[in-house]
Amino acid sequence: MIRELLNDPETRVILCCGSGGVGKTTTAAAIALKAAEQGRKTVVLTIDPARRLAQALGLNELSFEPHAVKDVSNLYAMQLDMKRTFDEIVLAHADAKRARTILENPFYKSLSSSFAGTQEYMAMEKLGQLLASNEWDLIVVDTPPSRSALDFLDAPARLGSFLDGRLIKFLTTPAKAGGWALTRILNSGIQLFASTVSKILGGEFLADISAFVAALDSVFGGFRKRADETYKLLKAPGSAFIVVAIPERDPIREAEFFIERLISEGMPLAGVIVNRVSPTLAPLTIAASKELSKSASPELAAALELHMENLRVKSNEDRLIKAIKCPALLRIEDAGADISDLAGLRSINLSGNSL
Amino acid sequence: MTARAQKCNRYYAVSMNPAPRLHVVTGKGGTGKTTLAAALALSFAQAGAETLLLEVEGRAGLAPLFGRGDLPYQEVEIAKNLWGMSVDPREALLEYIEMYYKAGAAGRALAKFGVIDFATTIAPGLRDVLLTGKAYEATRRRPGNKSGSTFEGPWVYDAVVMDAPPTGRIGKFLDINAQLASLAKVGPIRKQAESISELMHSGMTTVHMVTLPEEMPIQESLEAITELRGLGIQVGHVFVNQMQEEKEFGTFSDPIDSTVATALRTEVDRYRKRVTRQQEQLKLLKDFDVIEIAHMGEEISFEILEFIATGLREA
Repeated sequence: MIRELLNDPETRVILCCGSGGVGKTTTAAAIALKAAEQGRKTVVLTIDPARRLAQALGLNELSFEPHAVKDVSNLYAMQLDMKRTFDEIVLAHADAKRARTILENPFYKSLSSSFAGTQEYMAMEKLGQLLASNEWDLIVVDTPPSRSALDFLDAPARLGSFLDGRLIKFLTTPAKAGGWALTRILNSGIQLFASTVSKILGGEFLADISAFVAALDSVFGGFRKRADETYKLLKAPGSAFIVVAIPERDPIREAEFFIERLISEGMPLAGVIVNRVSPTLAPLTIAASKELSKSASPELAAALELHMENLRVKSNEDRLIKAIKCPALLRIEDAGADISDLAGLRSINLSGNSL
Repeated sequence: MTARAQKCNRYYAVSMNPAPRLHVVTGKGGTGKTTLAAALALSFAQAGAETLLLEVEGRAGLAPLFGRGDLPYQEVEIAKNLWGMSVDPREALLEYIEMYYKAGAAGRALAKFGVIDFATTIAPGLRDVLLTGKAYEATRRRPGNKSGSTFEGPWVYDAVVMDAPPTGRIGKFLDINAQLASLAKVGPIRKQAESISELMHSGMTTVHMVTLPEEMPIQESLEAITELRGLGIQVGHVFVNQMQEEKEFGTFSDPIDSTVATALRTEVDRYRKRVTRQQEQLKLLKDFDVIEIAHMGEEISFEILEFIATGLREA
């Protein structure tokens, strides 16, 4: 699966997605490393790498632009800073005065740093920028550690519909302006709304929000268009999604949801990587182990006990993995420790058997 | 002594020496935070304490553990002495508006204009005030007085357990006041935030961490503990979940197939290394009140939950 993707010169974007804690960042870094070693100029966009992996990639808190990874030619790494990316968009689309109004507004500060979905949105934005620069043979994206893997697809729409919503329209449309047929009922609703908000949160709340929304409105036209374009790019030939999971119930369930969703949205799903799979065990069934323990020394019996437990875990894993319906599947054995250097990334066997 | 002074004195006694009654459970994603929150609540309930278990992230992770499809936005009995509820910020805001303003129409108007969605998703800190507000109210609730403003009688709940957001967000989540400061400068929400903040920083509240005996989750727990202590919020237990049992393995020399023997030795070796690594990681937690939870090796069911809860009572 990975071999075919990397051998195809048309592949320009690989997105690794899945629930949190399944090794997305490590997988993305390993794929990028392999591509770079095949001679492709590759950048890996990470969201929140573990400290030691970040060190191995030469990333620090300030690595928000692609920079060369030491000792590996063609490999570049960068981190996403969502607030900074958001700021850049505002600065690019608004005049200086308006931009300042936005950047200083308390709502903006919240939206740019903590709104569920901003990170996903900004990852898309950054990907769009990297693609537009035409500098890269391959871009590998480690998607944000969403509560649910699906957030990655939904967030741009959610943020978009929020900023396009009725409340925003109401707040940005002066009461006298045409277009809004203000019936009496609607009008009283608005007054009720304004007075309730003022009562609960104080008058400044409403002033802040109106200022923010009015200022952001001018920026958002361009903003949304860009997101739509990036979304289209994900569907285009040259993009590939890889769903990452571990062989446990919840992450596999998330992976299945994600696979279904990618297929229904017409997104190019390359396959699934299952990390942390039990390694190969002794060629001895549970029945044979039981039989053997009857005449075994206490030491061998203890080893057989462990072996049988390992077999049970493995058969549970196999059952979970077999239920996944997807074009290709790659199992990565548990390395037994956190991977935190280039040698560790290289040792991940990405060309292993599919299915 | 006037009645009022008496009340103050009693309050003083409570605030000086309170046993933690609000138990906030956090952990990195995938460490078993929800399971531990449920097991902790169940252990209190088993000991006879009237306990409320709150879910605040709408993940519907708690309900299946108690054999239910979901948890509603109201307190329902899910086991003996144990009540559960899923706190939804939209519902909480509507309830709030109705409670303070007796204005159901206003709430509906707000919903119509998307302000409920707006307020509960974007307004900094507002969502968290609403989510923690329920825990605040329930923790201080007295019989016959829902708002908890009198000091008469015992508490309705002996313990409130919250399945809280993950470690990455817990500091921000509990430090309500700081979050809201830039936004709501006056008004009842602001006042409520101040009261919640007081409870969170008092001895009545304690935050338990859930982690695995692995590098990344332990690192994240340590960072969260530092952050919480910096904020003046009390940290309770560190639950280390999925601990591998330490087993004795000797070398065997039984006359068996050599391929099988080598493979079995590899399995033993791998297990030993895993336990060694686990012990090394645990050393990082030596300064904390660690409770180890054995690896269950099967999906969590209510029986498993009871088993963990019983273990917690004895710990």
